[in-house]
Amino acid sequence: MIPSTTVAPVTEAAQPKKHGLLTGALAPIVLVFKRDRSARAGLIIYGVMLIIAIFAPLIAPHNPTAVMEVDGIWQSNKTPGSDYLLGTTNIGRDIFSQLIYGTRPALYVGFTAAISTVVIGTMIGLISGYFGGMVDLFLMRLTDVCFGIPFTPFVIVLVAFLGPNIWNIVLAMSLLFWRDTARVIRSQVLTVRQRPFVQAAKLAGASDARTIFLYVAPNILALSFLYGTLAIGWAILTEASVSFLGFGDPSTVSWGYMLQDAYVSQALGRGAYYWFIPPGITTMLAVMAGFFISRGFEEMLFPRLRGR
Amino acid sequence: MLRARFVYLGSRFLQMLVVLWAIATILFLIFRYMPGSPLTAYIDPTFTQEQEAAVRKQFGLDDPMIVQYGIYLKNLTQGNLGVSFFQKQPVWDVLMDAAPNTIILTSIALLIAYIWGVVIGSFFAWWRGSRFENTGILLTLMTRAAPEFFVGMLLLSLFSFNLGWFPTSGIAGPGVLFDSVWAQLRSGDFWRHMILPVATMAIYLQGLPTLLMRSNMLEVLDEDYVVMARMKGFSEWRIMMAHAARNAMLPIVTAMTLGVGYAVGGNVVVETVFSWPGIGQLLVRAVQSHDYPLAQGAFLLIAVVIVVMNFVADVFYSILDPRVSTTRNEVG
Repeated sequence: MIPSTTVAPVTEAAQPKKHGLLTGALAPIVLVFKRDRSARAGLIIYGVMLIIAIFAPLIAPHNPTAVMEVDGIWQSNKTPGSDYLLGTTNIGRDIFSQLIYGTRPALYVGFTAAISTVVIGTMIGLISGYFGGMVDLFLMRLTDVCFGIPFTPFVIVLVAFLGPNIWNIVLAMSLLFWRDTARVIRSQVLTVRQRPFVQAAKLAGASDARTIFLYVAPNILALSFLYGTLAIGWAILTEASVSFLGFGDPSTVSWGYMLQDAYVSQALGRGAYYWFIPPGITTMLAVMAGFFISRGFEEMLFPRLRGR
Repeated sequence: MLRARFVYLGSRFLQMLVVLWAIATILFLIFRYMPGSPLTAYIDPTFTQEQEAAVRKQFGLDDPMIVQYGIYLKNLTQGNLGVSFFQKQPVWDVLMDAAPNTIILTSIALLIAYIWGVVIGSFFAWWRGSRFENTGILLTLMTRAAPEFFVGMLLLSLFSFNLGWFPTSGIAGPGVLFDSVWAQLRSGDFWRHMILPVATMAIYLQGLPTLLMRSNMLEVLDEDYVVMARMKGFSEWRIMMAHAARNAMLPIVTAMTLGVGYAVGGNVVVETVFSWPGIGQLLVRAVQSHDYPLAQGAFLLIAVVIVVMNFVADVFYSILDPRVSTTRNEVG
């Protein structure tokens, strides 16, 4: 149940009628950012995050895992000030630097999960919808099985066995995330398959692979993107939850890790708001950016919802 | 027509059993084949070979994998989930002790979330295009974007640590043990402990029904019968409530049945924040301590709830909306 913003029935999707090269199919995606203000806002948030992530060592005043010392005395539990912009943790780590470095795992996790969701989900949906028959039956039952697996529990069980590392978290998520995309893409492919230009391509002797990638795929690409952008937010949220539950990557300072660190170190009881509120806010911003972009796609795909 | 529906529901039921079997099998494979055998956590390095062999035998780990799998499936069908490594009790009993806490928490949160969602979602549709709607949608998206445990932490720091209105964790004050679920439900202390976890969960869960209700309402408002009602000169309020809202709620019912499953799967986080002794917290602790029969049992129980609820959602859908063709396959 990934859709966070509601997704209208796929049958009503307005279709980009264009077919042919993938570049033609990318045009409407560019158009979304040109036309939709919220999509642009989302893109800007990710752009800023990317810049912060790349230049983290220049922006962050300290090493995020180093314990701050002055004359051999640990600078623990410092409140925000000119020395430590957002104060320090209970063992004297600089919170602001952690926040800056936290952009990195958020971006890896969000984008790798989104890409794998789009790729796996789109492929399964395309194959299932295009070939139909036994292939479809098998793939859709597989999807049903994935829908029956509880998401967060699955991720923590797998990560507990594979080892707490950020790529295992992404792997575990990717094993399930594709399920929504696959279902939606499949039902879309079922209608696209009936279109005259697809039929014509087949009659003209195009191979299955050619028909799928050149004629069918461009027409469902925007829908894949919609699910991809939603997956960015969900992946960041899941990584945060997994870290909070204590299965996160101990060597990576992520926002989820910061929140867990604050929680177990009794930051709540001490009223250390400067510690746990910033990473919560940045997580929300990153997730919202994904939602904003997906809303842009939704309005393009389901124009009935536009402007009402 | 009726016959077709029974055939559909029958095949859908069989499909559900197949899905459950597949999940049980995946779980078996995960727990037996993963690196870092669960047994290594249980067998102390100081064990002699005989002791280790005894433990392996006790847990049936010496039989060939296929035999173990057979025993596992047979036990499952009989509701035998094995014995918890650390609690030394049947897993089933441990789960059943925790289940009421999860059920009470989740169902109350869901109820609040869905009632809220239907009402607020209708308002959004009613005042479409207004500043109220725009701000409201932004706020709703924010609740969807906030990690559940972060919301929980905010509520805890504000209402428990700062204002001291509510306890910070657990289901009862220190030393209190409830004789029965009934006694628990009648205890004011229990309800006081429940307010923050319920609020945290409800804040997270309401986003979906709110946005869904809004878009359903907008969709329904274009339907012929609404146009007809308008032409008859009914008041806008009457059209919204009597004509539009009733029909817009159908998908919400389906969403809620699906929501039950996802809420149960998702409340591992909320239960951990508030140390709420439910299935979710049990699962997290079992995984942390490598108590694999317990982890496996808790996981399966949650999966069963999800799969059954997906089935129920399909049944509802086919009953509530007669137009649904019996071959449809995508819900949610």
